[in-house]
Amino acid sequence: MPSLKDLKNRIESVKSTRKITKAMQMVAAAKLRRAQEAAVSGRPYSDRFDSVMSGLTASMGVDSGPPLLIGTGADTNHLLIVMTAERGLCGGFNSNIAKLAKLKASKLISEGKSVKILTVGKKGRDSLKREFGKYFVGHVDLTEMKGASYSYAVEVASNILNRFDSSEFDVATIYYSRFESVMSQIPTEKQLIPPVFQASTESTAYDYEPSEEEILIDLLPQSITAQIFRALLENGASEQGARMSAMDSATRNAGEMIDKLIIQYNRSRQAVITNELIEIISGAEAL
Amino acid sequence: MAKLIQFDLVSPEKSLVSVKANEINIPGSEGDFSAMSDHAPIITTLRPGFINIFTADKEEQYFVTGGFAEVSAETTSVLAEKAFTKDDLSRAVADKLIMDAKLKHEEIGSDATAKYCSDLEVALSDI
Repeated sequence: MPSLKDLKNRIESVKSTRKITKAMQMVAAAKLRRAQEAAVSGRPYSDRFDSVMSGLTASMGVDSGPPLLIGTGADTNHLLIVMTAERGLCGGFNSNIAKLAKLKASKLISEGKSVKILTVGKKGRDSLKREFGKYFVGHVDLTEMKGASYSYAVEVASNILNRFDSSEFDVATIYYSRFESVMSQIPTEKQLIPPVFQASTESTAYDYEPSEEEILIDLLPQSITAQIFRALLENGASEQGARMSAMDSATRNAGEMIDKLIIQYNRSRQAVITNELIEIISGAEAL
Repeated sequence: MAKLIQFDLVSPEKSLVSVKANEINIPGSEGDFSAMSDHAPIITTLRPGFINIFTADKEEQYFVTGGFAEVSAETTSVLAEKAFTKDDLSRAVADKLIMDAKLKHEEIGSDATAKYCSDLEVALSDI
């Protein structure tokens, strides 16, 4: 049975925890609005880019094109790009992405394929380090990043493209969390190289200037950058959304805990008073 | 009254322009061209340069550093790597763009980066 003093201390400490989680929730809510706007306003670019690319690839035919488009023809070396946040305390956000990547990595390894992992964001690196640390080939730090900026996407993309040029891998897959709503962020895996486009339904026959091939060579790296930027934006919004709902329930839990502790505190205080009264009364009776 | 064409200018960060225009001048990599309603469908890459948009009542100008344009009979969209309004593009910004391009050229040193540098300098020479 904790003493009154202990209970009081606990109530105080839970109260200050609640203050912190409440503050974090409000900060996340403010950041979420910005991140969400950024994610939404970034969508037209990548959507259009995708539709143009799928039209282009359709007109190129299946077997021809630069290696960035059709792949190296092999399927043995895989690069997993795991994009997570720099900071924790955002519910299952980081661990869900890491879990998906782990699953894929184990599957590839059991199939006897070689796996390389490029981590973007510290949390993903931390959670993959123990099991897959020996497959790490690089890390991109996002600590300095305030909101998703295109220059980071360029940096990550050029990192990946350099590795592709020096034929370090055949297939690249990217892991991030798609922002659905504040309550739901869906960990997503997307194959980046060779790219998978949805079959285009458009039938417009475009003229290409310069030739399809030259445009492709020019646009493929940009398309990869665009997809990474998209992933950064979606991740940014997802992180804040996940943090907001995690901190909301933390705040609620702290509230419930405080209520319970206060009841316990009051009960034991009453018990002390009753005890004292009994002692006084029985002392008086003894006289 | 000529038919209008839907024009969109989007950069990775946001959508900058979405208007109905009479005519849009676009700096294609193989040469400048104007897109109007019922233009033949074409997709072209861009070189650094100015996009002029002529709407019913005014003319707007944007600078793009590259990207591509997709023109069809009813719509024209430009997906720019970086896009600036005329007011945002000061001499300092222009110099920074040229500097960055030169650094990249020194690093990679291909024909493409050399061409990009010179195109950029020409396009930005009269600011």
